[in-house]
Amino acid sequence: MRGEPVAEAGGFVSTAMHAPVAGKVKSLDRALNARGEMAPAIVIEYDPDADQEAVHGEPRDITDMSPDDIVQAVQDAGIVGLGGAAFPTHVKMKPPEGKIVDTVIVNGCECEPYLTTDFRVMVEHAKWIVEGARLARRATSADTIVIAIENNKPEAIEAMMEAAPKDEPFVVRSLATKYPQGAEKMLTRALLKRDVPSGGLPSDVGVACFNVATLAQMGQLIPAGQGLIERIITVSGGGVSRPGNYMTPLGTSLRYLLEHAGLTEKACAIVNGGPMMGASMPSLDIPLTKGATGVLALTEEEMRDTSRQIFACIRCARCVDACPMYLNPSMLGLLARKERYEDMAEHHHLNDCFECGCCSYVCPSNIPLVHFFRLAKAVNRERSASK
Amino acid sequence: MTAEERPLKLTSSPHIKQSEDVRDIMFNVTMALIPIALFSVWLFGLSALLLLLTATAACVLTEHIFCVIAKKPTTVKDWSVIITGLILGLTLPPGTPLWMAALGGVFGVAVAKTLFGGIGYNCFNPALVGRAFLQIAFPVAITTWMPPMLPGRFTSVIPSTLTFPFAKMDADAVYAYIHRAYAMAGIDGVSGATPLSAWKFGEPPQFEPSARLFSGMISGSTGETATWLIILCGLYLIWRGMMNWRIPAGMLLSAFLLSGAFWLGDRVAYPNPFFMLFSGGLVFGALFMASDMVASPMTSSGVWLYGAFIGIVTIIIRIFGALPEGVMFAILLGNAVSPLINEITQPRVYGVVKKRRAES
Ligand code: SF4
Ligand code: SF4
Repeated sequence: MRGEPVAEAGGFVSTAMHAPVAGKVKSLDRALNARGEMAPAIVIEYDPDADQEAVHGEPRDITDMSPDDIVQAVQDAGIVGLGGAAFPTHVKMKPPEGKIVDTVIVNGCECEPYLTTDFRVMVEHAKWIVEGARLARRATSADTIVIAIENNKPEAIEAMMEAAPKDEPFVVRSLATKYPQGAEKMLTRALLKRDVPSGGLPSDVGVACFNVATLAQMGQLIPAGQGLIERIITVSGGGVSRPGNYMTPLGTSLRYLLEHAGLTEKACAIVNGGPMMGASMPSLDIPLTKGATGVLALTEEEMRDTSRQIFACIRCARCVDACPMYLNPSMLGLLARKERYEDMAEHHHLNDCFECGCCSYVCPSNIPLVHFFRLAKAVNRERSASK
Repeated sequence: MTAEERPLKLTSSPHIKQSEDVRDIMFNVTMALIPIALFSVWLFGLSALLLLLTATAACVLTEHIFCVIAKKPTTVKDWSVIITGLILGLTLPPGTPLWMAALGGVFGVAVAKTLFGGIGYNCFNPALVGRAFLQIAFPVAITTWMPPMLPGRFTSVIPSTLTFPFAKMDADAVYAYIHRAYAMAGIDGVSGATPLSAWKFGEPPQFEPSARLFSGMISGSTGETATWLIILCGLYLIWRGMMNWRIPAGMLLSAFLLSGAFWLGDRVAYPNPFFMLFSGGLVFGALFMASDMVASPMTSSGVWLYGAFIGIVTIIIRIFGALPEGVMFAILLGNAVSPLINEITQPRVYGVVKKRRAES
C-alpha cells in the first residue's frame, strides 16, 4: 500500500522510508543517484491494480505528545530538510545536551533563485506550516517562532500572517530578497543578529531552523500518522514548455518528471537543484530524492554564459563584496591555482565557504571559483583521511 | 518527445552567471577615456593627437610582442593595454617628444605589467610607471607646457614633438614657437606655465580662478585639464558599477580637507582647496589611475584608507615637495602600500571570533 514503511532508520542521523507508490518491493539494488554515485536503492514494482489514492497511516492525537514522542514520530515519518540539504529533521529538533534553543526559525526564504517551492507551500499550506512549527517548538522547547519571508513575496507574507495564531508566539518577518538569504547562517544573522560560529551549528546560538516545506509535511503527516512520500519540485528553465511546481512522488525519475513538464529539444543540460548550487546530471534515469528542490532544464543559450573564456583575476573585489561569509574568494582562487589547499583551509577559512556560488556568479574574469573550492575541500578531506 | 540519449552537458555550478566580463569592463573604461582624449586634441591640437596615438601604439605593441615571445595567445584584445596607453598619453604634456612617449609606454608595459605576469598580476599601474620613468629620465621635456587653444595648433605640430630620439629637447624652441603662433594671430601671449607651477614658483604665487580650472582651458598635461569632463566620464563608470567610487571619493575628500586646513591657516601662501582639487592631475588621477582595480586594495574599508592616503600624500608633495605636482608619485606609493592595506582590513569572517588573536 502506498505510504507503507519500507525501511527503518538505522541510527539517530537517519530516517525511515516509505513506499511512494503501491506495489511490491522487487529488489534491493544500486542506482545512480544525483551525486553521481551508485547508491543503495529499493526498487518497487508498480502494481497497476492497487489503489494509488489511499495512503497508509493511523491518525493520532498530537496534543499530549512529549518532545521525545515528537522527535520519534518525525524520524519514523522519514522527514528530512526539504530545503535541499535533506538533513534528518528530527536531529535538528533534539538540541544537543546542554544547548538551549530559544528560537525556531521558519525558513520561507527560497534557497535559490528560479525556485518557487517555498512560495507555493506558504500560499497553499500555511495551516500545515503553522502546525509543523508548533510541533517543532514543543520538541525543542523554544520560546518564539520567527517566520522569515523574502519581501518580494507579499502573498506569502499575507498567507502566513493570517495563518499564524495571534495568541501564540509567532512573528512574521520580511527580509530583503537576496540570494543566499535562505541559508541558515544568513538567516540567523539577518533575523537575530547572531552569528553561527565557524564550524558550529545553529543550535550553538539557540536557533533551530526549518524549511517551510519541511514543516508543512510535518504538520500534515504527524497528525495523520503517515510517512513522507512526495514533495514539491520546481521544474523550470528554457528547456521545458510547462514549467511550474510539481507535487512529485519520491523516486520518480528525472525523465518522467521532465517529460511531464514538456521537455523540449532545446534543453542541453539538466540541473538537479537550483542554478547556483545544483548539480548537472549525467543522465535522465536518476530518481528524485527527498532533497530535490528543483529541476532545471537549461538551454544552450542559458548555459552560454558559464562557458566563457577565463581571464586572470583582475582583483576587482566583486567576489569579496559578494561573499556572504566575508571570505576573500580572490585570494582563495589564487591559492587554489597554486594548489596550496591546506593553506586555504588553515589561513583563509576555506571550510567556512558553503559553496553558495556568489563569487563565481559575479567574477568578470569567469574564474570558476566555487569549483576550485570544492576541489580544494575534497583534496583536503582525502589528505586528512589518509593521514 | 524525449531527450533520448542526447549528450547532456556537465558543468560545475553555478549554472547562471552575470554576463559582464573583464573585456566589457575594460572596454567601457576605454570608452570613458575617449571623450577626454577628444577634448584634449581640441585643446592642444595635432601634437596631442600624435602623442596619444604613439603612446597607445607603443603599449599595445609591447604587450603583443611579449605575448608572442612567451608563446601565449595575445592579450591585447582585452583592452586593458589600450587603457594604459591612453592614460600614459593623457598624463604627458602635449609637447612631449613622441619617442619619449613611446619609450615610456614600452617601459611601463614591459616592466610594470608583462614582467609581473600580465593583467591582474601587476602591483603598480603600468601607465604611471612609464610616466614616472619619463619624469625622472627627462625632467625638462616633462615639464615644458603648452598654453591651451594655441592658434594654428591643428596645422602645425609643436617643435618638440618630432625631436629625434635621444636628441636633447630644446625648450627654447618651444617657447619661440608659442610666441610666433600668438604673434601671427595678433593676440597677446599667455605663458605656458601650469596653474600649479604658477602658484608654486611664481613670484608672488599666482592663483588661477577655480572656475577656469574646472573648465579645462588651462595648460597642463594633455588630458588632465578638463575637470568637468573627467568627472562626467568617471560618473559613467561608477554608474555602470565598473569603478569603486570609494577610491576617488576618499582621495578627493582627503585632499580637499587637508589643503583646506592649510588654506585656513594661511590664505596668502596656500591656495584654496578648490584650486588644489581642480588643478593638475588630481581629479584625473583619482578617477582613472588610483581606481585601477588591479593595484588597489580589495576591501571596502581598505579602499577608503587607500584613497585617503593618496590624497594626503598628493597634497603633502605639492606643498612641501620640490615638485609642483604630486599625484603620480602619491598613487604609486598608494599602489605600493595596497597589499599592506589589504592585510590589515580583512573583514571579519562570518562566525569567526577574534580571528587575529586565534591565528597568532
Ligand atoms: S561560494 Fe564563494 S561567495 Fe559563496 S561562501 Fe564560498 S567563497 Fe563565499
Ligand atoms: S571577482 Fe574574479 S576577477 Fe574580481 S577579484 Fe574576484 S576572482 Fe578576481
